[in-house]
Amino acid sequence: MAGKVLILGSSALKIGEAGEFDYSGSQAIKALKEEGVYTILINPNIATIQTSEHLADKVYFLPVNPHFVEKVIEKEKPDGILLSFGGQTALNCGLELHRAGVLEKNGVEVLGTPVSAIIDTEDRDRFVQRLREIGAKTARSRAASSAEEAVNIAGELGYPVIIRIAYALGGLGSGVCRSEPEVRKLAGKSLTHAAQILVEEYLEGWKEIEYEVMRDRHDNCITVCNMENFDPMGIHTGESIVAAPSQTLSNREYHLLREVAIKVIRHLGIVGECNIQYALDPRSEDYRIIEVNARLSRSSALASKATGYPLAFVAAKLALGYGLHELPNSITKVTKAFFEPALDYVVVKIPRWDLKKFRMVSRRLGSAMKSVGEVMAIGRTFEEALQKALRMLETGAQGLVGNNGEFQFENLEQELREPTEERVFAIVKALQSGYSVEDIHRLSHVDKWFLHKIARVVEIEKSLEQASSDSLPGALLQEAKQAGFSDKQIALASGKSEAEIRGLREQAGLHPFIRQIDTLGAEYPAQTNYLYLSYNGGEDDIEFGDEKSALILGSGAYRIGSSVEFDWCAVNAGYALRNSGYHTVMLNYNPETVSTDYDEFDKLFFDEITLESVLEICRKLKPAGVIVSMGGQVPNNLAMKLHRAGIKILGTSPESIDRAENRRKFSDLLDQLDIDQPPWKMLNTLEEAKVFAREVGYPALVRPSYVLSGAAMAVASNDSELAQYLQKAVRISPEHPTVISKFLDNAKEIEFDGVAQHGEIIAYAISEHVENAGVHSGDATLVLPPQRTFFETVRQMRNISRKIAAALQINGPFNIQFIARKNEVKVIECNLRASRSFPFVSKIMRVNFIDLATRAIMGEPLEKPEISLFNYDYVGVKAPHFSFTRLEGADPTLGVEMVSTGEVACLGNDFNEAFLKALIAVGYRLEVKTVLLSTGSLASKMKMLESCRLLKNLGIRFYATAGTANFLRENAIPAEILHWPLEKEQPNTVDYIKQGKIDLVINIPKNYRKEELTNGHLIRRAAVDYNVPLITNRELAMRFAEALAQVKLDDLQIKSWDEY
Amino acid sequence: MKKTASFSAPPQTARLILEDGSVYPGRSFGYPRSTAGEVVFNTGMVGYPESLTDPSYRGEILALTYPLIGNYGAPPDCAENRLSRLLESGQIQAQGLIVSDYSPQYQHWNASRSLSEWLYADKVPALSGIDARALTKKLREKGTMLGKIEFEGEPVDFVDPNRENLAAQVSIREPVLYGEGERRALLIDCGCKHNIIRSLLRRNLQVLRVPWDYDFSGEEFHGLLVSNGPGDPKMCRQTIYHLRQAMAREMPIFGICLGHQLLALAAGANTYKLKYGHRSQNQPVLETGGNRALVTSQNHGFAVENGTLPRDWQPWFVNLNDGTNEGIRHASGRFMGVQFHPEASPGPVDAGYLFDEFVKMLYL
Repeated sequence: MAGKVLILGSSALKIGEAGEFDYSGSQAIKALKEEGVYTILINPNIATIQTSEHLADKVYFLPVNPHFVEKVIEKEKPDGILLSFGGQTALNCGLELHRAGVLEKNGVEVLGTPVSAIIDTEDRDRFVQRLREIGAKTARSRAASSAEEAVNIAGELGYPVIIRIAYALGGLGSGVCRSEPEVRKLAGKSLTHAAQILVEEYLEGWKEIEYEVMRDRHDNCITVCNMENFDPMGIHTGESIVAAPSQTLSNREYHLLREVAIKVIRHLGIVGECNIQYALDPRSEDYRIIEVNARLSRSSALASKATGYPLAFVAAKLALGYGLHELPNSITKVTKAFFEPALDYVVVKIPRWDLKKFRMVSRRLGSAMKSVGEVMAIGRTFEEALQKALRMLETGAQGLVGNNGEFQFENLEQELREPTEERVFAIVKALQSGYSVEDIHRLSHVDKWFLHKIARVVEIEKSLEQASSDSLPGALLQEAKQAGFSDKQIALASGKSEAEIRGLREQAGLHPFIRQIDTLGAEYPAQTNYLYLSYNGGEDDIEFGDEKSALILGSGAYRIGSSVEFDWCAVNAGYALRNSGYHTVMLNYNPETVSTDYDEFDKLFFDEITLESVLEICRKLKPAGVIVSMGGQVPNNLAMKLHRAGIKILGTSPESIDRAENRRKFSDLLDQLDIDQPPWKMLNTLEEAKVFAREVGYPALVRPSYVLSGAAMAVASNDSELAQYLQKAVRISPEHPTVISKFLDNAKEIEFDGVAQHGEIIAYAISEHVENAGVHSGDATLVLPPQRTFFETVRQMRNISRKIAAALQINGPFNIQFIARKNEVKVIECNLRASRSFPFVSKIMRVNFIDLATRAIMGEPLEKPEISLFNYDYVGVKAPHFSFTRLEGADPTLGVEMVSTGEVACLGNDFNEAFLKALIAVGYRLEVKTVLLSTGSLASKMKMLESCRLLKNLGIRFYATAGTANFLRENAIPAEILHWPLEKEQPNTVDYIKQGKIDLVINIPKNYRKEELTNGHLIRRAAVDYNVPLITNRELAMRFAEALAQVKLDDLQIKSWDEY
Repeated sequence: MKKTASFSAPPQTARLILEDGSVYPGRSFGYPRSTAGEVVFNTGMVGYPESLTDPSYRGEILALTYPLIGNYGAPPDCAENRLSRLLESGQIQAQGLIVSDYSPQYQHWNASRSLSEWLYADKVPALSGIDARALTKKLREKGTMLGKIEFEGEPVDFVDPNRENLAAQVSIREPVLYGEGERRALLIDCGCKHNIIRSLLRRNLQVLRVPWDYDFSGEEFHGLLVSNGPGDPKMCRQTIYHLRQAMAREMPIFGICLGHQLLALAAGANTYKLKYGHRSQNQPVLETGGNRALVTSQNHGFAVENGTLPRDWQPWFVNLNDGTNEGIRHASGRFMGVQFHPEASPGPVDAGYLFDEFVKMLYL
């Protein structure tokens, strides 16, 4: 058995590769540690659990790319490497290292699935060939390396066809083409990402089915789970609503596909876990294998949570050489790992999209992934699980019905034919408008079984509407609850209030039952702590004792603005509570998280985070209290409601939370405390708002209350924009006030993360943004300790924070955002909860802020840790990761509403080193020979001039459009003139980008926000589409130029976390 | 998609009553008549048509722990020469069916009617809306119990099906010959699942299917397969007697499920009743003395007692969950039996290779 193993993480969260790899990596490390293996982890994703001190023996916050991994291998000399726990990022990196001979040269063995098997699954031609050897069917397809070739193949196969890229995560660059021009266009684009594309028969309307398969070195195989997509073929499985187990497959079909799966995994020689995807003909037993992922995947994480089977953990043990029959099933304690879970419930997964955050993005779902997270709901009827899941998305839906016109469709049939993320509501709308199940099936290809279930919910809503207003029959109420209706949904349909329905329910003694997930359909008395709520049942599976327990609310679906960092916070809060002798109970519904791992808490409720569900859990659990400050905005928003319902909130009082979240109350508070803030006004009428904006001068910032990631926040440059943004803000947060304030240009933005107890600050960290104010803090590059902030500014921030902490009697974590210009410090926002940057500051400063905060919340006496911002002789830089590549059409610019999907952080001996490492980790390249530059206004050009000189001195050549080029030439910097995209003349900017003649695009937009197809948009979009690094922020560009001028790739040191 | 059956006006309510007095009210979706039997649970997630027609369920009220049942309706019931094409016998064998959430709307290309219509046609009562998980927990703790499905005003008494010779009830009456292979297998039908026959035919064997008590001493054949079937193996005394004779002739024998238990009894070993049996599609078994593990489909309430195996007999497979016997083998290699179902249907087909082993025995 290997003594020292290197594990590659998946780096920043991105579309197609999200939190599931924190789960799988963490489980792998645990499995290895249990065997006494020394573990080394490379992952710059600092907000993950896997990069915690208690897991891997050594952690490197370095980019997961061949350059850095090779250096770590040379330094650490591991015996083995795990490639399959860090998504496609780790797999691709591992394959490159293998091809370059690095692994062989250093005697590093790939553990688990051999590289040859990985290549068999990744190279489409070899894949098809290997499957043909055992008579397994694949879609008829051929590889093409030019657009012309693609067109010819499509002609032979017959339209429609689908185009895919080998070695792509999340179906990048793939799509359905129904005509020759469509093939030509997509093939051209896809071939810039890969040397080879695949043109394939398009199996329209076929069912899409997946199996998760495991194999050990003795050739023993199991399928842990199968899953059926609600959406037919053509929609990426990551974009599909998925049910587990399959619902419409007969025994023959289920086991035919299972048998093929096992045959395939044996033939390929996989050791560990793999995922196999099928298309199944809805009219016969004909099938096609779509793909095999020889690694842990999003689906395997889902399967793991859906069944309770610890897939990643067992896969890691198999990689070490164990047999499935030799391993215990650590969740049940009574069975072996060689075992196929039997579910006695149904699971529904729905992806979460944030498409409305992006300008100009296409919302059509297809074969490429666009979703940023997902939710999983568990029920004992399909209706129950589906309706729960829709609410969990937190996109405004109450379930299938009761959405009060929230979802409108201009063309219902088109929506059914060409689905967007709102297709389920289109199905509901169609049923309500008299379409038959048959009609909807014909348009959407969704299996009629699913449609009938939706129709049943629509029928129940009708019955609720027709029930007499003063009495709701008990049987109907029960039927609705069993079909997954929330109290609020019933209230909306029957014209009552949510509280009235709750009252009726309590009168009738109608409460959900606590059910256990035990992987074996109750066959053996398993000791699991994995729970959910269901109205379909007759008894609770467990009774709670009188342990002193605390309920922690998790973060819900990952979305832009709330992802793995809040999971880190919630999990760490659990550790702290457990250390303090509490029985820890987690409530969360995100299958991609570590917080929903069976072994992290004493009990896990996999269910909704709503007033209703929390009240029901508390009714049975009777916890000492509920912690709402660790899971981001979802739990935070429940504070006041729970408090009013008589639930004890642990930590800062809900009244204080309200004073901070409610923009008007908070601004009032700052005025009272004599703390400076940008001039502000609460919105009463549009006219007043306009008068105010003109008075203080545009630009003006529109700010709704109780939102995360600056949803609907916007900078208005004039009256009409102001009107437009205000309207949106009021819609997104109707119960809470919207405030407008003066937007300050050219100001620094600084984060203050703190922990206070009884209003006194115990610990704090100050991080500065590289970008000026105006870029959302989640999209900004953070520097800790601050390098360019005046001492006087820091002193003022500390004093202001003390005042605020005392005034709000803060008890727990908090975050304040400041802006500063020439030592004038103003407060712009305060959150009385853990913030996105808590894991970053905790890990850089090596003080666990969540541990402190949790103990503060629980009233333990605390000593202030000795930390001083001046005592660090290293620097941490956190950089955002953007997934614009995957969001077709989206304008890749930054603003006050967050758009990044993930982040990384790296350490360095100085700012430049840490900064460049972090940028490399999110995809920048240091080998820059040519830059396409457009710098915006003259003032902006002037500011950039020095940076341009630095780049010129490095021998970098500039391309620019006429204005910028002339400016550069006037200042003795040579520049070649290119035409604007819309000028359609040669030499053209976009063509240069497409042809790979540009290494870096620096494009500083002039406006804060403008939704039109401008030249700037086309240049930025081309950069993203053709994989050329893009910088759209001036300060970032300046720092990058300075860093490039001073630091070379080989200067970047290979130091593990503990070596700083 | 067909409409739900016209007979199912407003759903009738009925109760499942256990011998310990527990009562579970449910909604009827099968034939509306009271019935009694032994209550057992199955944790399989697919394959209700195969399970319902498995003759081993004769006398049992079957509770399915997977809650969503009926989704893909019922396949057409086409049979030739008393061999069903898709099902495991010519009719629903279970005494009654208990589920959590019945789907009246079904969808499948190969469905000819709803589960409800089928149950009604075969006069089998069924209830939905019952917490099968709670029921399973009870059976797991207290052991298999007698139970009855009772409709209002139609009381019935508890009935213990294990006191009857159930194999005799489900076995064929007269011998039937199938196929044209060069080797002939004699199949003792104690309640044979039809996929055993189909599995043999697929391997080019000729199959002579005979009744459970048939005296086959005058028949010509190359090997003997003893089928699965319902009830207590000790009820099939004639079969055991015939098996002893065949063993004396060193005829190759392969026993499946009940057939395996009968083989053990014929060899001189003992069988006993399990607390609540194995009825599922995910039973893990390990081949003794090696690392080969199989996921198997099972349906049995009795088991072979390992400690009573005579000399020359070895346990062949063992259950990874509870260590019970899953197979036996004679030192000569001529007699073997497995407790699980290599014919699957429903369930995983991992053990299908055992039929190939059987075919090899016919050439010994």
